[in-house]
Amino acid sequence: MVLKRLTQAALLGVSLAALAGAGASAKTLVYCSEGSPEGFDPGIYTAGTTFDASSRTVYNRLLEFEHGKTSTAPALAESWDISDDGLEYTFHLRPGVKFQTTDFFTPTRDFNADDVVFSFERQLKTDNPWNQYVAGAAWEYSAGMGFPDLIKSVEKVDDLTVKFVLNHPEAPFLADLAMDFASIMSKEYADKLAADGKMEQLNQMPLGTGPFEFVAYEPDAVIRYRAHEEYWPGKEKIDDLVFAITTDAAVRAQKLQAGECHIMPYPNAADVAGLEANADLTVMKQEGLNVAYLAYNTLIAPFDKPEVRKALNMAINKQAIVDAVFQGAATPAKNPIPPTMWSYNDAIQDDPYDPEAAKAALEAAGAAGLSMKVWAMPVSRPYMLNAKRAAELIQEDFAKIGVTVEIVSFEWAEYLERSKAKDRDGAVILGWTGDNGDPDNFLDVLLGCDAVGGNNRAQWCNEEFDKLVSDAKVISDQAERTKLYEEAQVIFKREAPWATLDHSLVVMPMSKKVTGFVMDPLGIHRFDGVDITE
Amino acid sequence: MLRFVLGRVLVLIPTFIGVSIIAFAFIRLLPGDPVMLMSGERVMDPERYQRIMHQLGYDRPMPVQYFDYLIGLLSGDFGTSIVTRRPVVQDFFALFPATLELSFCAIVFAVVLGVPAGVLAAVKRGSFYDQAIMSVALVGYSMPIFWWGILLIILFSGILGWTPVSGRISLMYFFPSVTGFMLIDALISGQSGAFRSALSHLILPTIVLGTIPLAVIARQTRSAMLEVLSEDYVRTARAKGLPPSRVVGLHALRNALIPVVTTIGLQVGVLMAGAILTESIFSWPGIGKWMIDSVSKRDYPVIQGGLLIIAAIIMLVNLIVDLLYGLINPRIRHH
Repeated sequence: MVLKRLTQAALLGVSLAALAGAGASAKTLVYCSEGSPEGFDPGIYTAGTTFDASSRTVYNRLLEFEHGKTSTAPALAESWDISDDGLEYTFHLRPGVKFQTTDFFTPTRDFNADDVVFSFERQLKTDNPWNQYVAGAAWEYSAGMGFPDLIKSVEKVDDLTVKFVLNHPEAPFLADLAMDFASIMSKEYADKLAADGKMEQLNQMPLGTGPFEFVAYEPDAVIRYRAHEEYWPGKEKIDDLVFAITTDAAVRAQKLQAGECHIMPYPNAADVAGLEANADLTVMKQEGLNVAYLAYNTLIAPFDKPEVRKALNMAINKQAIVDAVFQGAATPAKNPIPPTMWSYNDAIQDDPYDPEAAKAALEAAGAAGLSMKVWAMPVSRPYMLNAKRAAELIQEDFAKIGVTVEIVSFEWAEYLERSKAKDRDGAVILGWTGDNGDPDNFLDVLLGCDAVGGNNRAQWCNEEFDKLVSDAKVISDQAERTKLYEEAQVIFKREAPWATLDHSLVVMPMSKKVTGFVMDPLGIHRFDGVDITE
Repeated sequence: MLRFVLGRVLVLIPTFIGVSIIAFAFIRLLPGDPVMLMSGERVMDPERYQRIMHQLGYDRPMPVQYFDYLIGLLSGDFGTSIVTRRPVVQDFFALFPATLELSFCAIVFAVVLGVPAGVLAAVKRGSFYDQAIMSVALVGYSMPIFWWGILLIILFSGILGWTPVSGRISLMYFFPSVTGFMLIDALISGQSGAFRSALSHLILPTIVLGTIPLAVIARQTRSAMLEVLSEDYVRTARAKGLPPSRVVGLHALRNALIPVVTTIGLQVGVLMAGAILTESIFSWPGIGKWMIDSVSKRDYPVIQGGLLIIAAIIMLVNLIVDLLYGLINPRIRHH
């Protein structure tokens, strides 16, 4: 056994030495990633860390999010036709797309319709042999986006044409297809693994059409990739991509400063100033695709009155929350969707912070001397690092207008569960991070009538708003949808079911040698198009 | 002697069962469960939640789950990780060499510095050396590992640039793992500079992990030496006119080492606990980091299995120490 491993080691050593000799000037980009991937099959996981290491490096999808935007563009599908009733999507696949040739697999054919059918059927059909190739695979994202109910069938029309038949029209469907879980696998590779009795390898040694090919993973330490020589848009500028897994944010910052990596995600708020002061580094910032909010229970008096909710919103000093909780690494929110999302209505004026006016408005609404509960999340999330602190600030703000606040909290799982109740006592601090860059993923999921008793923590059902959002869901034209969503945001502001608190900033410090890195509003870390100068 | 060994081994069985119950029950006392954590803010519909819980077998009564688990243990099955879907034992032994390598270096560091420091403090009792060594030991013992680690990184890696920040070896070296011990693998690989790089990556984590055992060993050595130095036979040795180095080095130290060996054995537990934090700071891919990650993901099988294997290792080390102790001091095995 040991002898065998030694021989393998010697052989690999020789081939690596040859490689090193050949590419003396190979460009290597080192990314200090924040954690280990759960696996390398993006279909069965939900963590961004896993997606960075699998779907965004190794795989492609039928459509891709445009670099740095939430809109989608053709990728493995060159074009598509949608039937008039919105139920049939016919995709015309890009010809001549090569799968990666690696040490562990050599493809014999180009990408085709079989790969697309395979990639979806394994998620949708419980009797597909790949549905449970890792025991207990939950296909959480596919289920979360409603695919099992939405998709009636995925059919191969010919080698380069695939037809999706839906059970009902759904405008965000195209955006869903650009999501990580919809990555396209190689059916040929999967068949080979099944024949060899090594199905679990699909989740350990990924193989796709994407910009980088998988080389090796040393658990909890390093992931290595090489540029895909025959990548369909052209080979990447960097030759090697290395993920140095570094879980501690302060240590990541030290590694970046010491030149042990070129780029890092999620710095500590307290480290950002120091990194900005370093002349060798650039610190990029962008609003994340998220929102934190305080949701009133609009079913319970006096919070059923928009005037009361408006008055309370005017009493909250959002800037103070942003300063105290994020040390500036966030922006106060005025809309329920973040500014990086298409259809964000920037014309809306936020309620001014004005305790005097708030007090008067509250009295006018007959709710003077109110006492209420504010729920504070027990955990830190990207959109709200410290909900207890935020709740204390809100408590102080409300005290100024004569409202007494009792802060309550529960353990996280219980918090999520209890806050759904329609008879919940109190306003809840919570937030959301978007999945697919579609406004529907915020406005309908969090504020639609169907979500009352679930994700709609304000228990708010406004017919006018709901109609706009529902109509927008079945229209395919983005310009038309934009109009509806902009109007929906006006109604939201008028009715004030939430106090919108903040959108946190995503901060990416990197070496000045790195060029071409684009921050992604979806929180993904992509390295296609990135280069380093020596 | 055989009876002594058997007796010690028999005691391990109830201990092991006790640990298995604690490992099983404690993780379930933590709020939340793995399925709940999968869905985050998203609301998983209750039906789906039930189905997944059922698939994983977590909807059954606790005693049934435990009994099943115990049966599995008896056949050597420690379960499969809910997250990575790999057998717990496979992951454990893939990562364990990293922890072992680091722990070994840390304990060597602690003994090599701790014993002489303790001896010096005892011999020069009340002197400046004694005061200084004991103060440093107290500080070392009270130092929060996390803070200490970051402090060393900032000083030696950040400001001075003497040591690498984290990891086991420079990323430019890439060779397959043969033994799992980076120092050995680096030597085998034959790549020039690899061993040096692996060694330099070990320095800071070794210091951080070895600090508490170092302090404990120094204090223990000092008090054991003080006790022995006041014994009659030491006075006799002195009276015989033996040189002080021989009195201290041969007569006193040998006897003082008995409790010190026990202390070193007990440090294995401390090392395992320390490894959890040290590995997290230095991105050291060992079992400490692995366990922490699985607690946050409520990966029940990993936590249970990991705790049990660690407990078994600690029990084994303590058994060996007990037996060694019996060898060093015959009075113990007759009692």
